[in-house]
Amino acid sequence: MHNALRAAALAACLAALPALAADKVKVGFVSTLSGPGAGLGVDIRDGFQLAMKHLGGKLGGLPAEVIVADDQQSPDTTKQVADRFVKKDKVDFMTGIVFSNLMLAVGKPVFDSKTFYISANAGPSQLAGADCNPFFFNVAWQNDNLHEAVGKYVQDQGLKNVILVAPNYPGGKDAMTGFKRFYKGHVADEIYTKLGQLDYAAELAQVRAAKPDALFFFLPGGMGINFVKQFVAAGLSKDVRLFAPGFSADEDVIKAVGAPMLGLFNSSHWAHDLDNAQNKRFVTDFRKEYGRTPSLYASQGYDAALLMDAAVRDSKGRLDDKAAVRKALEAAKFQSVRGAFRFNANHYPVQDYYLRLIRTDAEGRVTNKLMGTIFSKHADAYVGECKMK
Amino acid sequence: MLQLFLEQALNGLQFGLMLFLLAAGLTLVFGIMDMINLSHGSLYMGGAYLAAAAVERTGSFALGVLGAVAGMIVVGALLERLVLRRFYQRDHLAQVLATFALILIANETVRIVWGPQPVMLNAPEALSGPVEVFGFSYPAYRLLIIGVGLGVAALLYVLVAKTRVGMWVRAGAANREMTEAMGVNVPRLFTAIFALGAALCAVAGALLGPLLAVQVGMGENILILAFVVIVIGGIGSIRGALVGALLVGGVDTLGRALLPTLLRSLASNEVASNLGPALASILIYALMAAVLFWKPQGLFPARA
Repeated sequence: MHNALRAAALAACLAALPALAADKVKVGFVSTLSGPGAGLGVDIRDGFQLAMKHLGGKLGGLPAEVIVADDQQSPDTTKQVADRFVKKDKVDFMTGIVFSNLMLAVGKPVFDSKTFYISANAGPSQLAGADCNPFFFNVAWQNDNLHEAVGKYVQDQGLKNVILVAPNYPGGKDAMTGFKRFYKGHVADEIYTKLGQLDYAAELAQVRAAKPDALFFFLPGGMGINFVKQFVAAGLSKDVRLFAPGFSADEDVIKAVGAPMLGLFNSSHWAHDLDNAQNKRFVTDFRKEYGRTPSLYASQGYDAALLMDAAVRDSKGRLDDKAAVRKALEAAKFQSVRGAFRFNANHYPVQDYYLRLIRTDAEGRVTNKLMGTIFSKHADAYVGECKMK
Repeated sequence: MLQLFLEQALNGLQFGLMLFLLAAGLTLVFGIMDMINLSHGSLYMGGAYLAAAAVERTGSFALGVLGAVAGMIVVGALLERLVLRRFYQRDHLAQVLATFALILIANETVRIVWGPQPVMLNAPEALSGPVEVFGFSYPAYRLLIIGVGLGVAALLYVLVAKTRVGMWVRAGAANREMTEAMGVNVPRLFTAIFALGAALCAVAGALLGPLLAVQVGMGENILILAFVVIVIGGIGSIRGALVGALLVGGVDTLGRALLPTLLRSLASNEVASNLGPALASILIYALMAAVLFWKPQGLFPARA
């Protein structure tokens, strides 16, 4: 009887202790750093590392340790790395995954371990809607958003007959769904290609036979490079207008394709010529540090680090107090390279989406030019399904 | 409809001829040296990267291809003399392990030298657009590939069928011990065969570079197809490699083109789009299984 009372009193005392401030922050960075998808992962990592440099190696004033690992674009490897981060390294934050299928593979174990995941790229609809989770934050976009923006632009341009091309994986399916949400014209064909497919001759022949007004494609990384090269070589760029989300039209693809990309309209939530102080500093320093213009992937890595910094700062370093950290993350009081930033109820951003055009700039480089705004303060379509408190 | 079919036929021909370039080297190495060389795809990747570097340096696509070929001949000869020679007497599993390690080394080396981002290799200006053929527009560059592929096939035929060196190669493929006993300098022949295979890979890599992304790991996908081709065609036979490559190229291209349409008339749009590409890639292996069932040694086995 006395023992039980003593035990209960002891437990009550321990429970009343406030969470102590941590003495350092551990971040687990896992991304695709090898193989064909590596360009995107390397960009996110470089943007993240530049932010860490700007923050003096600290997050919220606490020294930060960033552990970088390669997921090799394989769900098994990603699961192994996530396991290691959560169980052995006991990281406070995880980030970096590029591909939605990998994100969905490790989501549940990471969230169940009460580790915060800040997505700097993958934005599957599942995690925006029914499977939304208090430990998941997406600082980039929901997969459909950039496609929705292109769909609206193509609809506003009055183009009647469109063919859609995307790879056969969750991101590809989200792309087509997003495009069709705002494009109300006639979709002549929806072509799903194999993830990692190299040769599009067969699909391009079908496109030629169908004679559409416009072609919308979502083929990130190497796939997009192949597709655009082959599309222009087939002479289709004369008759068919080409549209893409920013993923398939950013610096990595431009560097590998060059002049054939001129005239491609694309959508993005960020442009390197966005006029705000944080962005100017980011772009200038990125160019100086890495010798190339940052892509939208790099901007997302940069913002992810800034968000973590704000979260640690606003929760006063009490990383064990998950509720406090969550509140700090939701407040998102950081200076994004996009300008103003805020989260929706499902932890996905509410933000503007811009139209970009690939042109030669004043220095003769082939690059994107900011043309205008397609959506203002746009939210994703799945927030209504999210039942998170 | 006819135009679409003709265009797809040309696509299949082009793809098949490029596969032939890879398969020819692979089948010779496997047939004569009895060596499974998984790093063959890495030689192809090396050719593409060297071509990209050479084109950037000189500005000429032709020089780029020649530079790639010259470079890969040197790399291939060195690789054979220093590393692969030790594995001829070993069993196939050891060869698989060793050459798989070479793939990893090659990928990392390329990443260290050129970085993880894909590099630019574009077709020459004159060929970057389409030309009119059979009443429709077809990419001029793919026609160049078809031309070069046919030319190389013809050159290989002359080399193998009409020259002394070719005679040694055919003898070596048919019966290596007897060839050695007849006094042919077999080690030098092997180095030459390997270098020839590397040169063919370089041509394929340099030519396919403008159509496909030049990136780390680009050799693996096409290597698998090359193995399917030589199994179908028969180990050690160049004629088999050509026929096998054309079969695989044709089946793959037509499969990807026609299967989704066929499936769409039978099932829903989404199901068809999911199944179509997947079934098309299975089609090649189904073809391989069918050929092996009918002819277990392949279509034109070199060994009696």
